[in-house]
Amino acid sequence: MINFSILLPSILNGLTTGALYALVALGLTLIYGVLHIINFAHGALLMVAMYLVYFLYKLFGLDPYLALLVVPAAMFVIGYVLQRTIIGNASHGRDENILLVTLGLSIVIENLALFFFASDTQVVDTPYAFDVVELFGAFLPVPKVIAFVGALLTALALWLLMGWTDLGRAIRALARERKGARLVGINVDHIFAMSFGIGIGVLGIAACLLLPTYYVYPQVGHGFVLIAFTIVVLGGMGSFIGALLGGFIIGVVEAVGGLVLGESLGQIGIFVIFILVLLFRPQGLLGHRA
Amino acid sequence: MVVTKPKGRKGEEMTDKKHMRGMKQGLDRRTFLAATGGVAAMSAFGMPHIARAADPVKVGLVHPVTGFIAYSGNQCRQGALMAIEDINNAGGIKSIGGAPLEALLGDSQGKPDIGAAETAKMVEAGATGIVAGYASSITLATTQEAAKTNTPHVVDVGVSDKIVSRGLKNTFRLGPGYGKIANYAVDNLDAINRAADSPAKTVMIIHEESAFGTGTAGLLEKRLPDRGFEVIEVIKHANPTRDFTNIALQIKAAKPDLIIPAQYYNEYVLLARTLRQQRVEAAGIYSVLGGAASSFKFVEEFPEAANYIMDCNHWYNPLSKEALRRKKAAEDKGLYYTYEVYLAYNAVAFLADAIERAGSLDKQAINDAMASSDWDAHAMPYGPTAMIDGQNEGGQPVNTQVLDGKIEVILPDEFATAKPVFPTPKG
Repeated sequence: MINFSILLPSILNGLTTGALYALVALGLTLIYGVLHIINFAHGALLMVAMYLVYFLYKLFGLDPYLALLVVPAAMFVIGYVLQRTIIGNASHGRDENILLVTLGLSIVIENLALFFFASDTQVVDTPYAFDVVELFGAFLPVPKVIAFVGALLTALALWLLMGWTDLGRAIRALARERKGARLVGINVDHIFAMSFGIGIGVLGIAACLLLPTYYVYPQVGHGFVLIAFTIVVLGGMGSFIGALLGGFIIGVVEAVGGLVLGESLGQIGIFVIFILVLLFRPQGLLGHRA
Repeated sequence: MVVTKPKGRKGEEMTDKKHMRGMKQGLDRRTFLAATGGVAAMSAFGMPHIARAADPVKVGLVHPVTGFIAYSGNQCRQGALMAIEDINNAGGIKSIGGAPLEALLGDSQGKPDIGAAETAKMVEAGATGIVAGYASSITLATTQEAAKTNTPHVVDVGVSDKIVSRGLKNTFRLGPGYGKIANYAVDNLDAINRAADSPAKTVMIIHEESAFGTGTAGLLEKRLPDRGFEVIEVIKHANPTRDFTNIALQIKAAKPDLIIPAQYYNEYVLLARTLRQQRVEAAGIYSVLGGAASSFKFVEEFPEAANYIMDCNHWYNPLSKEALRRKKAAEDKGLYYTYEVYLAYNAVAFLADAIERAGSLDKQAINDAMASSDWDAHAMPYGPTAMIDGQNEGGQPVNTQVLDGKIEVILPDEFATAKPVFPTPKG
């Protein structure tokens, strides 16, 4: 049974939640969609980024939004080094190896987190955590509105980067034709690692925008990684605007599905859409046919 | 033979990839496997059994120390280990020549099937008794597995009444089940409400979807109307639920006088925060089995959001010196003294008392000793221990409330440290 008075607030809330999902998916669409690296460590690395934000807050009192100056850069370096030293070397260029290597990485990272940080749920208590913006009678938490804007800006920045810079052209060239890219003088290993680094760096942004409304514990990534893969496929592999759109759709479907089918069953909607897209538009909403 | 832990033997292939864990002391599973493997190897080579009487008594601890309820699982494990430490410091099991207790640690990852597999492994490794498994769904599996070999199994938390109603002769629970807790919760809610001239008439129940939340919610839904409360809506949610705005909106639209959550900690944190964000106001929030008024961590982190919240839950006896000693010992280890800690502590201590009285490692003798136990060293607000079909009829919950940043017991009167404040004062 739908209560119409809360339908609009619910949809607006779904959009802001969707923006958070999109942020996690944006990095993945670059790594998975463009480079075809099935990065199972995406969730674990999100968790690492969230702990970075948490500890910067806890130890130095750094606000999660100020951490935007530090964490994405740190995550970029982590991503670059991981790709250059472990993923690239251990995979020997084979997709199924990459899958196993990133899965292994995620297990190692999560268990290290469990060992060092214990399994306690940690939260960041900011003065603005309970501030809300009123829009059409709906209360939207300020941190979620900021995350919404952040997701739009991040998608725009990635889109500009891919379309209008040499690095972006090199990444696209690499995605399409690796040998050819090498022939025209592109440093393939470097560009691979740059792309992976940028994808993980975006997770840093996601973590900074997520933590004011969420919590962190070693397995926190699990709840997001499946959704992120769904969004990437839904939006079209490698399409940043698609990922953004996919995030919004998933967020709204989850919210409205919760109202119609009950909170426990509402998440089914996400996967129904996923299956329908795979059946009828396998290239995704904004993807190109291979 | 005094068991030392032989180093250097690689752990066998495990069903579980997550073999490291966030604990500060005790054994991890690798050490456990190395130790048990080493012991098996030594026996095979015919090592002489010197000082047989002081062989450690192995107790299997199976808890979800990784996965979605890892926090609670770890708290359980720490509580159980504290009990073992205390018992060993006090001279071990005296009737068996002062044999110390030795913990075998297992991780159920929050999954019943893995909990059962871990239990089987421990029985195989020679565990005299099992203490498990925090969540009801997991405990149903671990008790059943232990029953196959009649291995004594003490339930630490697991509140589902199905755990003790299947006729398993090896299964014992000191704490109350959710049937008793739900009855108690409804009776006391009614009493608190009447004392305030019945401002609350309508109720909304928010619960998680596994055995604990669903079972508790079902009982409440059935019992509340008997006391004149109208249950407007019951909302079930998944674990994890990433966003509670929808639920908060539904509560806001339905305007219940009382909100009754039955959830695990992470979801509770999000719900409580979202209720504040969405400006949801009610005469009271009354959690059953888990909530702000039974979480020192929540009260510390969100003192304002926690104020006046009431719980009906397990709690230690605040007037018992022994309870306060254990609380301090836990806090000295950097732990919050949560219900997981003292319930698991008591589960181990209760088992140890039975082994002491049985005077042997014979499983049936220990089960008999538990069935006839009148153990009273629990430091809980319980009556005398009396096991009926494995359930301690003396166990009961209490009502707590957050008042001025402190968790106070408000009911029953003989254990109370404060009077209830209801309805929630405005402003």
